[in-house]
Amino acid sequence: MKANLKSKLLLVAFAFALLLLPFATDALLGRGWVRIADFAMLYIMLALGLNIVVGYAGLLDLGYIAFFAVGAYCYALTGSPHLALAFPAIFPDGLHLPFWIVLPLAALVAGSFGVLLGAPTLRLRGDYLAIVTLGFGEIIRIFLNNLNAPLNLTNGPQGISRIDPISVAGVSLNNTQTLFGITLPSVHLYFYLFLACTTLVVVISHRLERSRIGRAWMAIREDEIAATAMGINTRNLKLLAFAMGAMFGGISGALFAGFQGFVSPESFSLMESVMVLCMVVLGGMGNIAGVILGSILLALLPEMLRHSVVPLQQALFGKTWIDPESLRMLLFGGALIAMMLYRPAGLLPSRLRRRELQSDETAETV
Amino acid sequence: MNTPLLQLSGISKRFGGLNALSDVSLHIRRGEIYGLIGPNGAGKTTLFNIITGLYQSSAGQFEFDGHRYQACKPHVLAQAGIARTFQNIRLFANLSALENVMIGRHVRTKSGVCGALLRTRKTRDEERAIAQRAQELLQYVGLAQAAHTLAKHLSYGEQRRLEIARALATEPLLLALDEPAAGMNATETSSLKTLLQAIRDTGITVLLIEHDVKLIMGLCDRVAVLDYGKKIAEDAPENVRNHPAVIAAYLGASDD
Repeated sequence: MKANLKSKLLLVAFAFALLLLPFATDALLGRGWVRIADFAMLYIMLALGLNIVVGYAGLLDLGYIAFFAVGAYCYALTGSPHLALAFPAIFPDGLHLPFWIVLPLAALVAGSFGVLLGAPTLRLRGDYLAIVTLGFGEIIRIFLNNLNAPLNLTNGPQGISRIDPISVAGVSLNNTQTLFGITLPSVHLYFYLFLACTTLVVVISHRLERSRIGRAWMAIREDEIAATAMGINTRNLKLLAFAMGAMFGGISGALFAGFQGFVSPESFSLMESVMVLCMVVLGGMGNIAGVILGSILLALLPEMLRHSVVPLQQALFGKTWIDPESLRMLLFGGALIAMMLYRPAGLLPSRLRRRELQSDETAETV
Repeated sequence: MNTPLLQLSGISKRFGGLNALSDVSLHIRRGEIYGLIGPNGAGKTTLFNIITGLYQSSAGQFEFDGHRYQACKPHVLAQAGIARTFQNIRLFANLSALENVMIGRHVRTKSGVCGALLRTRKTRDEERAIAQRAQELLQYVGLAQAAHTLAKHLSYGEQRRLEIARALATEPLLLALDEPAAGMNATETSSLKTLLQAIRDTGITVLLIEHDVKLIMGLCDRVAVLDYGKKIAEDAPENVRNHPAVIAAYLGASDD
């Protein structure tokens, strides 16, 4: 009981620290870093969604960013003046649905796309599955790029702009608000919204992992034939994994669109899919804490480089030899190679490894 | 109770031009241990895979527990009450022994996504029941102390027994074992024999494919012998042992 109380206190302290984080970041590093933290949380949601597909069910998905795109365009179309271009008769001012309708809608649409992708790939495994999903990711991006004619649905490569800012209970998150005498700038407001969504996603992931469904996914990952012989309907459970993963991606995408106010196909390139996959793999496939750590590290890395590389070179040599973008890829590749050599299971390996070490203690409590 | 549990009539299976099984008919009675033997390549595993739904037969009828099944997926047959183990052990290697058995409970439990997300009382009760039953089954096959060991770290004999525990977790009517004694030493084989007899005494019918003729003879109530995809004998073990076609299949026919 004592340990239980202690962990609860720790949890409360951690939650409090998270609530104060934007203020501390703002004071110490500047407002730009709060914005970076917001983006990091979008990546956490994405990576946790991919973790369901790759980490739990063991289905390698290289086109995952497509679901992010679907969510983002879902918000962009239903919360901007853009639809007035395509259907001036029906939506003279475009469509401006409230956020609390759009978010579930984006999740639902992305989830349906997940099933749509999953259905033809049910018999595929490993490399073959990876290639088909990669193709799917590209198809979505190319569609977004070209659906400006004959009917201007996505506005093509120019993307959709003037997207409504997210507003919760009538409070627009794009304006600075004052609450109980505390001034909350826009990035702080988004931070709290994203924090709430991320928490929800973490809780859902955690509960799924320790459920009958989660165990069935892991059975499919470990040995599909044995899983089906044990009475697991692999078709339905794989589709469910694709749908759940895609829903997280869709939610993240909708938040991204509202936060940015602008979406265009170039945000959803193959490189982004690879990036999210790297977050999952680097942190530790199948482990929620690991995936979160991986997402934060990889989301922050380019920003840290951007802020340190150029000034450092200026100070040392008086001019810039290497630009941060190319250094990012170099470090990125180096980190992946080092990880494969020294920590192949990820920075925080999944719970099974850990639990195996503690098995003597837990055996008595069961 | 008098109808056979499993009734196969005229089962054939072709792989391209090869007739792996031709016109095999057999029935397994409730509560017996039924052995299936034959020289290498006789079609034992093919027949086994048809019974468990991994392969679809090219012709013939398949009746289990009074229902006819045609072109069924393995998970449907598992639901119907056929559980199996594999010749080359197929455990969920990176999961613990307990989780392996808990996955076996999947087919007899119901909670879905909503239950998992809301952690309803029903789901929590079900989870507790799953873990408890899994622990009991581990105890039953003598692996209680290894509950939290990863399946891949168990010894060979333990992995075999874990596979049986996992199969039992699905509450089968028919437990189908593909060469369970392969690679076991004499002590492990005799403890396996005791375990199988205990399982049969709980009312579960057992189907056994085995190379170890001594084990089959000492354990089975009835034995079928396959050779070149045909059933050449089906009888009590002592009669099968003296059956001329069986002796011919195993030792070669005499010249005179």
